[in-house]
Amino acid sequence: MENHNAPLLEMRNIKKDFFGNQVLTDINLTLQPGEVLGLVGENGAGKSTLMKILFGMDVIRETGGYEGEILLNGQPVKFNSPFDALVAGIGMVHQEFSLIPGFTAAENILLNREPTKKGIAAEAFGPRLNTLDYKEINRRAEAAIDKMGVKISADMTISDMPVGHKQFTEIARELSKEQLRLLILDEPTAVLTEKEAESLLQSIRSMAAQGISVIFITHRLHEILAVCDKVVVMRDGYVVKESPAKEIDVPQITKWMVGREVAAGSAAEVRDLSGARTILSVRKLWVDMPGETVRNVNLDVREGEILGIGGLAGQGKLGIPNGIMGLYEAGGTVEFDGKPIPLNSPRKCLDASLAFVSEDRRGVGLLLDESLEWNVAFSAMQIQNKFLYDFGLFKWRNESAIRSVTNKYISDLQIKCTGSKQKAKELSGGNQQKVCLAKAFALEPKFLFVSEPTRGIDVGAKALVLEALKRFNRENGVTVVVISSELEELRQTCDRIAIVSGGKIAGILPASEPSEAFGALMVSQVI
Amino acid sequence: MKKKQRGTFNLGRLLQNNIVPIMFLGICIVCFPLSGRSPAYLLNELVTRLGRNTFLVLSLLIPVMAGMGMNFAMTLGAMAGQIGLILVADWQIWGIPGIILAMIVSIPISILLGVFCGSMLNKAKGREMITSYIIAFFMTGVYQLVVLFMMGPIIPIAHDSLKLSRGFGIRNTVSLLNMRQALDNLLAINVMGVKIPVLTFLIIGVLCLVIIWFRRTKLGQDMRAVAQDMEVARDAGINVDRTRVLAIVISTVVAGFGMIIYLQNMGNFSTYNAHSQIGMFSIAALLVGGASVEKASIGNAFLGVILFHMMFIMAPDAATTITGDSMIGEYFRTFVSYGVITVALIMYETRKRRNRSQTGYLLALAQKEEEARGK
Repeated sequence: MENHNAPLLEMRNIKKDFFGNQVLTDINLTLQPGEVLGLVGENGAGKSTLMKILFGMDVIRETGGYEGEILLNGQPVKFNSPFDALVAGIGMVHQEFSLIPGFTAAENILLNREPTKKGIAAEAFGPRLNTLDYKEINRRAEAAIDKMGVKISADMTISDMPVGHKQFTEIARELSKEQLRLLILDEPTAVLTEKEAESLLQSIRSMAAQGISVIFITHRLHEILAVCDKVVVMRDGYVVKESPAKEIDVPQITKWMVGREVAAGSAAEVRDLSGARTILSVRKLWVDMPGETVRNVNLDVREGEILGIGGLAGQGKLGIPNGIMGLYEAGGTVEFDGKPIPLNSPRKCLDASLAFVSEDRRGVGLLLDESLEWNVAFSAMQIQNKFLYDFGLFKWRNESAIRSVTNKYISDLQIKCTGSKQKAKELSGGNQQKVCLAKAFALEPKFLFVSEPTRGIDVGAKALVLEALKRFNRENGVTVVVISSELEELRQTCDRIAIVSGGKIAGILPASEPSEAFGALMVSQVI
Repeated sequence: MKKKQRGTFNLGRLLQNNIVPIMFLGICIVCFPLSGRSPAYLLNELVTRLGRNTFLVLSLLIPVMAGMGMNFAMTLGAMAGQIGLILVADWQIWGIPGIILAMIVSIPISILLGVFCGSMLNKAKGREMITSYIIAFFMTGVYQLVVLFMMGPIIPIAHDSLKLSRGFGIRNTVSLLNMRQALDNLLAINVMGVKIPVLTFLIIGVLCLVIIWFRRTKLGQDMRAVAQDMEVARDAGINVDRTRVLAIVISTVVAGFGMIIYLQNMGNFSTYNAHSQIGMFSIAALLVGGASVEKASIGNAFLGVILFHMMFIMAPDAATTITGDSMIGEYFRTFVSYGVITVALIMYETRKRRNRSQTGYLLALAQKEEEARGK
């Protein structure tokens, strides 16, 4: 029996760990029918994981399930798949579009729920041979679009649509499900223009008025305040604050989001290198990296400094190093040490003594099936003819030199392994990351890009990796650019931090500035 | 000025996208005077070949629609059709009833082979074409085992005229003299010396209608969804694997029918080789008609059969005129059909890459515009 006084959704003491790495601790949430809940927090705060649990995503079950209880209308529920959640009336719009590009909006809205006309063939061979009732499809799609209160054309093909309309199509698809009672919107406005975002907020209000509850995840804090009844702030897997939206403002939320007690002390070691010459100068750079495009980036890096590039996911911070190093199509001008570097040519960059530790360490960074020795020495052999005996006609690997340099880095970086012959794929994530660094260090570059050096590794390994970068910078005078989603990590390591927002550099500040200043920059130009 | 640039750009793109049919049109135009054949002769031959081959080519459309590329394993359906014909020939059921019975016999065999092939292809998503190509080779071996050793001892074959002299296995050639062109001659009409096999064309027409109808069914819609994005389709609750298997099963069954139509026109077939080239030639014809690995229409099938077989008819004569050796023409048409497939496959990849660099170009353009606005 349904309990009408119970809230629509109640989450009690939700806990989740990924292989011992605690990502959610004692999360409690309640949501009334027709209520809009804003969920905010930095990347990695656990918002997405929490929603995945609620939506019954496979990844949760595959990694050992979760602890705690979810109640829907007072009844405990346990979803084994997103389909169970859908049946129970929960709809989710994901960050990435989940649309068929060649179909019209109407076809997408009713995908696999198309109304059909009965035919003779279907009697013999089953309902899949019923013909589609296009009129009814259009009618229902338009009804769902009307529910949102926006104007988009139901018979437009998705691939011809501006991103905003795609987003509305996704929402309309959830709205077209009659049992829908709770809609989860995961950063729906991230790709919208201001005007589109405004009409989305309008439609959230109208949905709420029709009794549909909404969980709204966004980095645009003013939107939260404009549309939500209640705001929940998460940080490091905890709910740090829950408050009615009326009683708070943007600076307060920013502070709860990024403010950490330990933060202030750890950013002490900032050097002022404003007198140093510019070693890398980037002008009007654009990079076409899917999901991380950047436009019109102008950036000067000073010799000998550690520059951090931070920003929220999808805003383009990863596009900058990948574009400069030639891994994704890019344009603009890049000058290194006074000489122009041709874009779209990784080899030229490496020849100019630039090195790059990619965020994609399993795909780009490592030769997984090869030994550590090979991994460390490979680039240096290929590009600089190091560790080779040159006999003129042919070259011979200098195995002993390779072994000694590998062993040096194994001890320097405290890589946990059985020896220099172990295969890279057998190491843990943190140790693989260290091998990636060792590989870049072995090139003895003048300039090093390090992208997401601490993604997916534990706290201990994090500290070591950052320390190694710092030492490499201080001892060898190498200029380092660190790209990371974690602001605190950048503040501990860097001298200056550039924040990328909306595909552009929103500002560059000394790392000693308070977290709130960076937080404000992060959300300043979010598109 | 800017507008004009865009205009020529699109024309260039139009040419690039239809390069294969245009190339073939050129070859046919050049070959026509060289072959020294009369238009009436060519027309007659062409109509015969249209009736003979179109059904087979149409069998390829559904897997393309399901995003599985060219189904090289349509050969499996051809084998099923041949087994049907061998059995019917042994039972001495000739004419139209024989053809219909052969089709009925081929259906369960085609379904079985189609399910097998489809499940294999589900294990090799993204590499369907090469996998289906190799499956066709592999199943040829199984077909030979059945026809060469099992027909006789296990599958009863009564007539000695079909059997090898050793007492089991089928002879190299199976004669279908008593059902030769039974389908083509029924309702055939003669228009100015050109024999038109009306019934065969009607059957092809019905298949076209079925394909058009099929596109509008739920299953057809699911296939188009699966073709474009398997993940999204799966998230929407579509059974992706089953849908893909069904696409291959339908293709195999249709190919089986197509092979029977093809062979009744020929009047006999080589037991161990008839199917081996059929997949290759059908795919080449479809590609010549302007289809690509991800998009193929009924129009592509017809245009392809016309252009490809026009070349087939004229090439040996043209070659004889030029070099005095008809073997060159034979060589030429085989060489061209492999060439067409290669070109079509490469163009598919380059087009994808070109589209990618297009987005980079747009991004640079947007940046310029923004700058201009800033000033």
